[in-house]
Amino acid sequence: MTLEKLGTVPLYSIGDRVRVRDAAPLGHIRTPFYIRGHAGVVERICGAFPNPEELAQQRDGLPAQPLYRVRFRQQDVWPGYRGNPADVIELEIFQHWIEA
Amino acid sequence: MKQAAGRYEPYSYFQLMEVSLRELLVEKGIVTEDAIAGAMAAMRERGPERGAAMVARAWTDPAYKARVLENGSRAAEALGFEVPGLKLIVVENTPQTHNVIVCTLCSCYPRMLLGLPPEWYKSRPYRSRVVREPRKVLAEFGTQIPTKVRIRVHDSNADMRYMVLPMRPAGTEGWDEARLAGLVTRDCLIGVAVPKIPKNAKPRKS
Repeated sequence: MTLEKLGTVPLYSIGDRVRVRDAAPLGHIRTPFYIRGHAGVVERICGAFPNPEELAQQRDGLPAQPLYRVRFRQQDVWPGYRGNPADVIELEIFQHWIEA
Repeated sequence: MKQAAGRYEPYSYFQLMEVSLRELLVEKGIVTEDAIAGAMAAMRERGPERGAAMVARAWTDPAYKARVLENGSRAAEALGFEVPGLKLIVVENTPQTHNVIVCTLCSCYPRMLLGLPPEWYKSRPYRSRVVREPRKVLAEFGTQIPTKVRIRVHDSNADMRYMVLPMRPAGTEGWDEARLAGLVTRDCLIGVAVPKIPKNAKPRKS
């Protein structure tokens, strides 16, 4: 059975505006601090992958979490950002790190 | 550099763990010392040639380029490169957009295609600065990106790996794949440089 079949159903689609949870749990977190609390747009859906926070605890990480590539405007992320207003930064965000 | 004679350096925690695990695996006959030495030598010797070959093929074959952008891992396999477990996203530079890759959390890098990452890629200054001031960092690499060109920074922070498909330089019309691949350096594939025709390149007689 593929991970996709085992995993949680994707709740978001390409083009959806999503916000990253602003939380600071302990453990092995693949959501960098600098992007927590920021809103961006889903650029693509990468598939579903075992939850790294669970894997780091020697558990199986299932059900796999949908993984999104989310595009953020640089000037939204960094106060005083200099460059082209269309400059972006893109990251992979697990579904459980997205708040509706 | 010369080692000080008789200087005793205890293993660090992780070195000790690595040695213990390796010795256990050998002792139990799961791997051999030769296999480990061979794998390490192969890893050290691998350079960016595979990534460069994919780029050169994409520059000369529009159908292949479409496959590269659709699914990087499958496109690598199509050239005979084994990339077990690699989930590759290839991002294309255009006259409007420049891409650059970083892993802010550690040093994720498509090693199967590019070899081992350079030290600077793993350094804190690169990882922390290229996300917030990409134009300044790129300029320090000698890569000036005009303000009208949009920069996409890709943080390789989870399960995918990234490679840049640079723009084919003007003046390379009629070049074959091998010659084109020679222009594609590791830094071009990370996005801190763009391919350039060497100044002393002589036009090849056809």
